[in-house]
Amino acid sequence: MTNSDSQTAPVLQTLPGDEVRQIMWRFAERFDLQMAVQSARGVARGPVARLVAAGERNNHEWTEAKNELLAAFDAAGLTAAFMEPELGGFIAGPKNLAVALIAFELGWVDGGAATCSLAGNLALSPIHERGTDEQRTAYMSRCVPSPANSDGPQRGAFCLTEPLPYVGVDTGVLGGKIRVAAWEDGQEPVLQVEKRGRFITNMDFASFVVAAVDADDDRIKGSCMVILEETDPGTYDRGAPTQKLVHQLSSTCDPVFNLEVPANRIVGGYDIVDGVIVPRFSHGQVIEAVFQRTRVTVGAMSAAKLLSAVEPIIRYQRTRFRGGDSTPGTPRHDLGLQMKEDSLQRLVDVWATGEAAASLVFAAARLFDRYDPLEEQKNQTLTAQGIRGARAQFRTLRKMQTRALEYLELIESAGHGADDERLSALEGDPLIQFLVQDSLAQVLCPACKLWNTGYGANMMREAVSLMGGYGVTEDCPGFLPQKWVDAQLEATYEGPEAVQRRQLSITMTNALFLAQFRGWIRELSAMPNGPAMGAGTLAAAMELWDWSLQYLQGTLDADGHKLYRDQRHGVTFPMTDALCWLLASHQMVLDVTELSNKGEQHPVVASGLPGTLQFMRDLCHVQAARAAGEVGRICAELVYGYEGQAAEGSRYGATPDESFDRLRLHLDRSLAGSRLAKDRAATALSRVMIPEALDYPA
Amino acid sequence: MNQGFHIAVCGSLVPDPLQTLEPIAGPQGPALKNEMMLPAVLDPWASHALYEAAHLARQDGESRIWLVSIGPRARLQQLMMSIAQKAVFELVACDGPAGGFTDAAEVARVLADTVAAIPELDPQRLLLFGGCASASRDAGATLQMTGERLGITEQFLNVDELTVQEGVLRIKERIEGGRYLVSACDGPPAVVGWATGMLPEPPNNPQIGMQNMRSIMPALQRAKSVTLEAPELTFESVTVPQQRRDTRIVKDTPTDEIAAELVQWLREDS
Repeated sequence: MTNSDSQTAPVLQTLPGDEVRQIMWRFAERFDLQMAVQSARGVARGPVARLVAAGERNNHEWTEAKNELLAAFDAAGLTAAFMEPELGGFIAGPKNLAVALIAFELGWVDGGAATCSLAGNLALSPIHERGTDEQRTAYMSRCVPSPANSDGPQRGAFCLTEPLPYVGVDTGVLGGKIRVAAWEDGQEPVLQVEKRGRFITNMDFASFVVAAVDADDDRIKGSCMVILEETDPGTYDRGAPTQKLVHQLSSTCDPVFNLEVPANRIVGGYDIVDGVIVPRFSHGQVIEAVFQRTRVTVGAMSAAKLLSAVEPIIRYQRTRFRGGDSTPGTPRHDLGLQMKEDSLQRLVDVWATGEAAASLVFAAARLFDRYDPLEEQKNQTLTAQGIRGARAQFRTLRKMQTRALEYLELIESAGHGADDERLSALEGDPLIQFLVQDSLAQVLCPACKLWNTGYGANMMREAVSLMGGYGVTEDCPGFLPQKWVDAQLEATYEGPEAVQRRQLSITMTNALFLAQFRGWIRELSAMPNGPAMGAGTLAAAMELWDWSLQYLQGTLDADGHKLYRDQRHGVTFPMTDALCWLLASHQMVLDVTELSNKGEQHPVVASGLPGTLQFMRDLCHVQAARAAGEVGRICAELVYGYEGQAAEGSRYGATPDESFDRLRLHLDRSLAGSRLAKDRAATALSRVMIPEALDYPA
Repeated sequence: MNQGFHIAVCGSLVPDPLQTLEPIAGPQGPALKNEMMLPAVLDPWASHALYEAAHLARQDGESRIWLVSIGPRARLQQLMMSIAQKAVFELVACDGPAGGFTDAAEVARVLADTVAAIPELDPQRLLLFGGCASASRDAGATLQMTGERLGITEQFLNVDELTVQEGVLRIKERIEGGRYLVSACDGPPAVVGWATGMLPEPPNNPQIGMQNMRSIMPALQRAKSVTLEAPELTFESVTVPQQRRDTRIVKDTPTDEIAAELVQWLREDS
């Protein structure tokens, strides 16, 4: 290190502890969540880690040893965490942050175990989100470990293998079909359900399945999700285990069902209209509500992987030359590979990515905790107004977009002559609040799934590489190679990367989202500690992205086609990637700001706060610079790469005017100091105190 | 008629055993580097005492358990996020130092005063539980002195098992030679300093935790501030025990030979 700041700045003393995380991720006041974290950690670093260390991942079968995990989840309260208190749970209110934290803790050790724990929630989610009251009470109470369920809790599986929203993938032969098997006058219709699933989690032990099916009968309309039970008459074949190379601590099979079930198993119920069974929710409506939330938890697993890699890598680097000819007290012995700048700086990149990923995913989870009651209020309000059905709701809400924008403008000018009465009125309108939060949810959810898992997998490769040859052995501390391949699955299930990009390419152009995005730029530019965190760099990158999006939306390619349009993935998808970098970095800045604001008041955190804050700000700066670099490259390629021409009515000329060059230059210059931050962070990594050993077996 | 025991478990936090412990000279004497920031656990010996207390209390359904802890309030609060999930108890917290560089007699004084001040505790039904030793201030004498200050003369140390038969306590204490001393005690009050006990660590159960937190959070708010002053106590030097590992694998060695070798090794080391 050559800069004097590196020698004098306060240094990180220990790895950030629970108290620091509770402040950053905003659950310092939530004892229920803190206990859920400790509980999940006990399972992850106990039974789960022992299974992985014992090589239980090395087979595809659902073994007795793996099955014991289910009891461990039950005993630790993880199974009940998703349930309402009146049904045996212990967390009141929305549970998105709780579930994300549990996923994070389990994913810290093994993503498959996390998936195994969460798949039960996934099966219950359609019932929770769209089921009738009877369905919700029946199935959720059966899945709670309690004395009332003397044979043990039931477990479910979620069986989709169907066209996903935004993709249009036709999986043909695997599609489920539903027909009327019997329908006597005045009686509940009996349905024949045929379904083949692929890659279905929990299938080895699920006693019920929530399956997506299409109507194959004139007497049933559209598609729906239907609940199948093990005891229903017909075939309930769990199928062969999937030959996965990843997530082997979760059960995955390709099941086959051919069952007769009463029509009241349709999730959300049905109406009879002109002699036709009309499900109240199509399968698309159900899974949209489900995946909107469950994708967030997947992003939590990948974030945990990256942060969990830090300690084993530091230990490996420091001890690399011990036991050989090195002498205690020499840099070679004490620092090992940490004598080398490259080793340290690459680890800084891994850590910064993990921090940003965690910030993004927990921000999304908290957002959904705010969103859930608003969605409920929205549904009640619209129903009270006689507005039913997805399309009618959509039309109504669309008309309110202008008022929602007005609300955002009034917030910006609050206290500066804004119409406070009007602001207050709009603030109290649940539909306006829903629209605003919805515009964020539709961006943050796919963004954290896409960036955390996709770029996270890339950075896990980097983490593995930092362990040298050890990184590709079974006894690599921290199970890093397993985590690397697991991250690839996390990038794929619950909608692969293309699905997330496709959704983002639409939702990120929502005027409500963009209005908030521009507000963030102003906030970042005015932050008191902004320069230390690279907030100015981030603001400059956001401005460039915003300008580029508008340019691309108003420009035609050489063939006269709009550049930014539905199927032009070469344009839209890179812009989604660029946005994810910005969102992750932005949330990281907000989390470090929270630590800065609240850390001093916490006696434990305060004792090491200067060093912790300095390090976290430096990581922020590193990440902001990295994000800015990505955004600059992507935007320059797209803006200049197509040699576009102005669309009719566009304010842009055939080539980008000097605005782009000005913004790009501003961005480049805003990187000043970012490498010094990286130097400081690297120095901190060579000095930070770590435990003597990892707290789980390897 | 057995109305249940009143079990006061004395125990507080210690740094997680996996952490690097580096003694430093602080303004108030020796301390551990970054001690405030190191993850903490309930002292392992005290943990055994707590789990055994919970086991005993479950058997009669009438007993009550208080966990009496001296430690920095904020750190005790964090500790409770896991400990409160393992057993039903009421917390009695004292806001003070939890480090290893305190005088056992001072700690005993504060613990005894605190136990005696628990409003609903019946001294005639009191079982004073704790670790026979501690991972931080391992004088091995704190619990005995606490008991003496409370006037309890029936004291059992290095206990691995306590059963109750018709109101009589049957207690197994570790003694030399890997053997147990089995005692019968007519009943409380008694001091029981636990070794490792016989019970596994209970799993975390957030539902128990949520139930406990209703009383734990107010108890933390009420925690009185205590100082552990011992002006006559000085530390000449503080070091971490040296690690030494000489591994040999020799099959079928007689136990006497192993013992003799250990004795010789200890003599050489001293």
